[in-house]
Amino acid sequence: MMKEKQKTNWVLTIVLILGTVTVFFPLYMAVIIAFKKPSEMTNDVAGALSFPKQWSFENFRQAMEVTDFWHSLGNSLLITLVTIVLAILIHSIAGYVIGRGMARRKSFRFIYLYIVSGMFVPFSILMMPLVKQTAHMGLGNRAGVILLYLVFYMPMNVLLYSGYLKNIPIALEEAADIDGASTWTTYWKVVFPMMKPMHATVAILTALGTWNDVMTPLVIMSGTGQNTLPLAQLNFQTQFGTNYNLAFASYILALIPILIFYMICQKQILNGVANGAVKG
Amino acid sequence: MKKKMSNRDKTFWAVIIPVVILFFAFNTLPMIKGVIYSFTNYKGYGTYDYVGFRNYADLFTDSRVGKSYLFTFKYALAGTILVNVLSLVMAVGLNSKIRCKSALRGIYFVPNILGGLVIGYIFSFIFTYILPTVGNVFHIGFLQNSILASEKYAWIGVLIVGVWQAVAMNTIIYISGLQTVPEEVYEASMLDGASKWKQFWKVIFPLVMPFVTINLVLSTKNFLMVFDQIMSLTKGGPAQSTESISYLIYKNGMDGGQFGFQSANAVIFFIVIVAISLFQMTVMNKKEEQL
Repeated sequence: MMKEKQKTNWVLTIVLILGTVTVFFPLYMAVIIAFKKPSEMTNDVAGALSFPKQWSFENFRQAMEVTDFWHSLGNSLLITLVTIVLAILIHSIAGYVIGRGMARRKSFRFIYLYIVSGMFVPFSILMMPLVKQTAHMGLGNRAGVILLYLVFYMPMNVLLYSGYLKNIPIALEEAADIDGASTWTTYWKVVFPMMKPMHATVAILTALGTWNDVMTPLVIMSGTGQNTLPLAQLNFQTQFGTNYNLAFASYILALIPILIFYMICQKQILNGVANGAVKG
Repeated sequence: MKKKMSNRDKTFWAVIIPVVILFFAFNTLPMIKGVIYSFTNYKGYGTYDYVGFRNYADLFTDSRVGKSYLFTFKYALAGTILVNVLSLVMAVGLNSKIRCKSALRGIYFVPNILGGLVIGYIFSFIFTYILPTVGNVFHIGFLQNSILASEKYAWIGVLIVGVWQAVAMNTIIYISGLQTVPEEVYEASMLDGASKWKQFWKVIFPLVMPFVTINLVLSTKNFLMVFDQIMSLTKGGPAQSTESISYLIYKNGMDGGQFGFQSANAVIFFIVIVAISLFQMTVMNKKEEQL
């Protein structure tokens, strides 16, 4: 009985392996087209799916030039990395203060509800006033986008951090307090390092959200001439015209950084996403 | 000791006040402004007047707005159901005794890490060039032209892309739900001689109910706010048949001179999202308690 339960379900394994075609097919097609010359794009399925006559990186070189790839990549990296670092620093201490304060004071309970309820506010209602506001404040640029991400991700991250705090015994802080450490020092020296698993979750959820976001940079940074990686695909769409090979080379370039990141941190990402959703 | 505590309080307030100010300035304040604009005829530039509730009255008679709500609801409903059924099936499969488990889990998650815009462009090519060829070969009528060019079927194209990406996310959540079910529960129900099917619905499903709630609320919210896929697949066309609420607010609010009017639309949209989320959570909480 026990033996039978442990047996590998081969049929299911094979079905699931075959099912990965649904994931690989679009990516395979994109890669193939990206390597082809426009003249190889015959009007049938073979034109899109058969191997190119020769694997040339010419489309990629051209796409990098047309979309100013390195510049867009730099912007995306800058915005995402700065957002992650600031989110971990600011949201964690906010989550800590709110989480601990809540236990003792009604006012902190109120602040908690105030910030977390922000999760239901769709970007659509903020969009138009924010465009005016950021432009007025001289924040219609990358700094403005980062600032907005810090605000948009605050509800989720505060929720995650203050929830995680329940796992950290308050006795540690009281001990540090008796030793004469200030609240500020205690937080950074004792509590902050202990929230490490949650930092990873927050970093991953914030990174996935900001890296792929189109709408915020689209409305906030328009007119600065700066692009993020996804925004560049949108803005150069007209220049690609019907040259699908060039366009797909550009799409592949836009997908590669996050795919590499995923391959390296796959386990942490899957854990992070699961943790975030379950705790949130 | 008393002094120490008040120091702690001081630090707490010193941290939280700037945070609350930041949140207020870039979340609450723009929201209030949005509500105020919704009572004006502001075009996005120039001067404007207050028009009372006229924008709201007009919203309910505007056929384009009505159409966008119909599309968005249809899309969100179909998407939420499809995604939850598919990802529950996927999760059960990926959580059973199979080989290459972690590799398969990793692969099936890939669609979720890729940006909706670029994925939309790639699928747009599939819908325009690959599917019609398939349709011609197998004589499937509705596939013979690009489904994105058809008023009737374009929404299905958008739906396929949305579901393709969302299944990845929800599967992971269901898997972590299934993992909370202790091994003994499976064994006990096996001993009772329950069939697999019965075992799942009577024993396992009630235990993962909280995860169903999470997934329903999450996917409904995400589908209701669909934007990137519309932007890259259809731009709301053909004949505005795939214009989502977010896309309409963006398009006509930012460029169409309807700043005030679309602000009213956004306010209603906000209320709709909150109402649906709260409704889902109350209903599901009741279900969870019953089980």
